[in-house]
Amino acid sequence: MNQTSALVILVAAILTNNILLTNFLGMCSFIACSGQIRTAIGLGTAVTFVITMTTMINYCIYHFVLVPGGLVHLQFIVFIAVIAAFVQLVEMFVERFSPKLYFTLGIFLPLITVNCAILGASLFMIIREYSFIQSVGFGFGAGVGWAVAIILMAGLRQKMRYSNVPKPFQGVAIAMIVTCVLAMAFMGFAGMVSIQ
Amino acid sequence: MADKQPACMTCGGQGLCGGRGLLTLKEGAWKNNPLAIQMLGICSALAVTNRLENSLVMGGALIFVCVCSNLFVSLLRNITPHRIRMIAEVAIIATFVILFDQFLKAFYWEMSKQLGPYVGLIITNCIIMGRAEAFALQNPPVLSIVDGIANGLGYAVILAIIGFFRELLGSGEILGYPVLSSEWYEANQLMILAPGAFFMMGVVIAVFNVLKGPDTEENK
Repeated sequence: MNQTSALVILVAAILTNNILLTNFLGMCSFIACSGQIRTAIGLGTAVTFVITMTTMINYCIYHFVLVPGGLVHLQFIVFIAVIAAFVQLVEMFVERFSPKLYFTLGIFLPLITVNCAILGASLFMIIREYSFIQSVGFGFGAGVGWAVAIILMAGLRQKMRYSNVPKPFQGVAIAMIVTCVLAMAFMGFAGMVSIQ
Repeated sequence: MADKQPACMTCGGQGLCGGRGLLTLKEGAWKNNPLAIQMLGICSALAVTNRLENSLVMGGALIFVCVCSNLFVSLLRNITPHRIRMIAEVAIIATFVILFDQFLKAFYWEMSKQLGPYVGLIITNCIIMGRAEAFALQNPPVLSIVDGIANGLGYAVILAIIGFFRELLGSGEILGYPVLSSEWYEANQLMILAPGAFFMMGVVIAVFNVLKGPDTEENK
């Protein structure tokens, strides 16, 4: 069990170990939904919320049900079921109690089930042997980090509409190259804090 | 998932259901390459390609899971109620991912350590889910196996290409054997790190665009 403080993990998960730019998780929706800043903010918020909650739930299930029962090999299927069920639950809650929030956030919720950043965060939490508080810090940091990356990307892509991109690179290819530059920029934080 | 459906549906509509295995193979591995054309499953393609060896294992894993899940989804396609088909597909896929994960842990512990969470993340790899949803649900088992092989192969080949160049440029080695002598080649560490992955992926997609540039525009 490592002893890093939860706050350090939080900062590291946002800046130095950004789940998108260093671990490549959540690329599919990152590429598909980074067209507009407004969409990116909505999706980023939804992901942050779900990722924080599911790491907490999965932590409890893993340590209080799977480990005592010797069912660790079932972790994948249990985690994905928890995530799917949780997203469904949140969707129903939001729809019932806050229709306004539902219209801004609701359409992104089903997309989140297949976002690999969510499952990835739970798996990293197990592999790195975080305690409960550390897991919460990591989950929240990973979500914020993902949101920051997609919002930055959306801003860049809006600007890019007016630039003259070589034909073969138009579309996803140039998005990849831009992400490369973004990842390099984030590497500048590398000396600050590190987790592993 | 929602935005992937049209791409897969169009290829399903181009007469694939006629039982022509070879066409299915070509479609999956080249014309509708899941990675370079449809942009599915990019996450793992970027993460494990820092070395050629990892890329090959990951490619193999995907072929295995894709073939098996396609086969079983196809076998069960007539008795699966429409409304719960998604969860049934996820359960089938997860079963085979767990099988592969346990196999790696038992026989190739080092490799399992290196791939880390990315083996588990095959479950959320959109390629497998996409193929189950778009192909295996409508087609007989044998054709579904061929489709699984084709798409897995298309993914594995791109992974191998990216892994090859990243290892070659990043450390001057191929499969751990030094190829470029350090006397005249300064290894570019950046290629092994995250930005190198994004850069390489961008270049591969661009090359694919050049190779089939006029073709895709006709289709549109």
